[in-house]
Amino acid sequence: MDIVSNEQHKRVHPHKFTLWVAIASIIMMFAGLTSAFIVKSNLTGWRTIVLPKIFWVSTVVILASSLTMQMAIKSFKARDMQRYRSLMGVTVVLGLAFVVCQIVGFGELWDQNIRFKGSSGAGQFFYAIAGLHGLHVLGGVVALIVMVVRSLIGTRKLYSAVPAEVMGMYWHFVDLLWLYLLIFFIIVG
Amino acid sequence: MSDILHTHQETASHGHHADDHHHVHAHHKETFISKYIFSMDHKMIAKQFLITGIVWAIIGGLFSVLFRLQLGFPEESFPILETFFGKWAEGGRLRPEFYYALTTMHGTVLVFFVLTAGLSGTFANLLIPLQVGARDMASPMMNMLSYWFFFGGSIVMLASLFIQTGPASGGWTIYPPLSALGQASEGSKAGMDYWIIGMALFIISQLLGGLNYIATILNMRTKGMSMTRVPLTIWALLFTAILGVLSFPVLLSGVVLLIFDRHLGTSFYLSDIYIAGQALANEGGSAILFQHLFWFLGHPEVYIIILPTMGIVSEVMSVNARKPIFGYMAMVFSMFAICVLAFLVWAHHMFVTGLNPFLGSVFVLLTLLIAVPSAIKVFNWLTTLWRGNIRFTPAMLFAIGFVSLFISGGLTGIFLGNSTIDIHLHDTMFVIAHFHIVMGVSAFFGMFCGIYHWFPKMFGRYMNNTLGYIHFWVTLIGAYLIFWPMHYQGFAGMPRRYLDKSSWVSFNQFHGLDAMITVVTVLVFAVQLMFVFNYFYSIYKGRRVRELNPWGATTLEWTTPIRPGHGNWDGEIPEVHRWAYDYGKDGRDFIPQTEPIGDKESSH
Repeated sequence: MDIVSNEQHKRVHPHKFTLWVAIASIIMMFAGLTSAFIVKSNLTGWRTIVLPKIFWVSTVVILASSLTMQMAIKSFKARDMQRYRSLMGVTVVLGLAFVVCQIVGFGELWDQNIRFKGSSGAGQFFYAIAGLHGLHVLGGVVALIVMVVRSLIGTRKLYSAVPAEVMGMYWHFVDLLWLYLLIFFIIVG
Repeated sequence: MSDILHTHQETASHGHHADDHHHVHAHHKETFISKYIFSMDHKMIAKQFLITGIVWAIIGGLFSVLFRLQLGFPEESFPILETFFGKWAEGGRLRPEFYYALTTMHGTVLVFFVLTAGLSGTFANLLIPLQVGARDMASPMMNMLSYWFFFGGSIVMLASLFIQTGPASGGWTIYPPLSALGQASEGSKAGMDYWIIGMALFIISQLLGGLNYIATILNMRTKGMSMTRVPLTIWALLFTAILGVLSFPVLLSGVVLLIFDRHLGTSFYLSDIYIAGQALANEGGSAILFQHLFWFLGHPEVYIIILPTMGIVSEVMSVNARKPIFGYMAMVFSMFAICVLAFLVWAHHMFVTGLNPFLGSVFVLLTLLIAVPSAIKVFNWLTTLWRGNIRFTPAMLFAIGFVSLFISGGLTGIFLGNSTIDIHLHDTMFVIAHFHIVMGVSAFFGMFCGIYHWFPKMFGRYMNNTLGYIHFWVTLIGAYLIFWPMHYQGFAGMPRRYLDKSSWVSFNQFHGLDAMITVVTVLVFAVQLMFVFNYFYSIYKGRRVRELNPWGATTLEWTTPIRPGHGNWDGEIPEVHRWAYDYGKDGRDFIPQTEPIGDKESSH
């Protein structure tokens, strides 16, 4: 459905704008969690953690996926659909690799005897916060897959780059969100 | 189904003009499912929100009648209760667990499911596209999902009423550790999980809806509709959506940590707890942390409830006083101020938690600041009424009643906002009186005001006026009779959560008063059922609307056909040339927004 009338073309596309607001909303959620972390870290019985090395790998992976995402948007605009699809595919793989790295990292922490049960500490927060971030990445992966499938089996040709750009915005956002969380846990955790 | 709802098809098929690509649904036939159930038409979604909200309001209201029976007549037994509720009301008397479940669900249902989803869900969906001049929301699909997530959350919450251990019963604020430990009470077992899941779905619904409202208002206004020309309803709904989008995620994060504490043994909120003689392993948690996260949403939440009604009342009052709203920009700025302050006052709910007194005094100051924009708004409403040519329609009466209640309830907020007085009044009936008047009943008044006013737009028929007047007077007098005496009980220190105070000599004097409140509650509840009857009867049998603009209003929704189809306007979307409040100007009763400014027209 074409929801943009002629006089509205000058403004930000409603879907992009909607995503900006959604991003603000997600930021509030993680702001709530990380400020809870700061409040709690001043209480007695607090245990700190040292992040396993694997999280550096996942950081590189998600940064690389942002790059491929951006290249995919570029090839979409150049109408190079073959290249667009393969780059989107690479982004999916990198996104999944990121999630796998996170899970491996959680496993390493778990083996360091950082568990859910018992007294509070940075570990419990890390599982909850990074876990929620992982869910947001997985949501993005699902959206990416839907877009690739659509471009493969779609009966109508899509010329608007808006869906790809909206996807890209979200993907860069979860990337930056992870960078923020990583720095947060290195400095405060 | 009646003929009313069917007319959407007729009007939708007219629209093959220059911009027929807007008429999405004109191209294919609508089925029952696509039109009434999985509808993407914002007007149908508004009706879905409203009717679901009405069902919830009946359930939530009935709960209050039940626990008022206990409070008013603690010695009596009502065998009929046992017939309906079995073991929950053995011997015709409410079990304490049942009483607490009733109060908890009354709060949850009315705050979230009725006055948030039922209120802003209805009017944001109905009014935003119609009043800004858009075919539909920015994303009709997300809009539909917003309703269905709400519906899903409703089903989960409703299901929790029927499980063996009962629904959540730790108060609508679900403070841990009570809510975090299943061993602590019946309601903290499965019922609490249902509550959390239901609320998580509800929050998703609110976010999807809120994103859409904001994007539609800021991006989809018709030509000429600058932000200084939109009706105040739109400003109010915009601020409401912003508050919701920024505060609900924080509740979600608080609740996620609560799930971890409940099921994975973490210690976010739990520390040094003995339960049934057993020490728990949890250490280092902070129950106060939850209160911070909860009230960071919880306080904006009360403005999420009241802001839409402020917008509705401003609009209806101006239309029915035949005068421009007094101080349009002052109204906008005061709503903006309320919106900002809403995020900075949450700890005034926590004065007795051992909050640092210095911090407390900061929150007192910020809280009392809210009196300024609130008073500006009240002043503007009164001056809008001043020397107006008032038409006392039911909608107008409810608008005026709203102002009365908002003043009465707002003034007691000044008492509670002062931390020193709050130490005495905290958790007493005074608090109940305050928030029921200022955000419970007055929000309902704003909602009724909107329903009576826009019913002709929703269904192409009018509601019955006589029933409307009876509804108004009984509800207004009843509301004051119910909640005014509670202030005195609160001053005397009567606590809000006790189900039987008869063993306290100091509260015995209130016995008759409590009985009176209960009798009035039953009466007022019956009158609300009469309103529900009026609503549904009028959908099918109400007097038909014969003119496009029955109230003589300036706004765009009255330029659409009497029963608009999906897409709202048959031809082009009208262009807007003026603000929404040109009433009684240059000797004319009103000038619609679509009329270009004349050569000799005076400026306002």
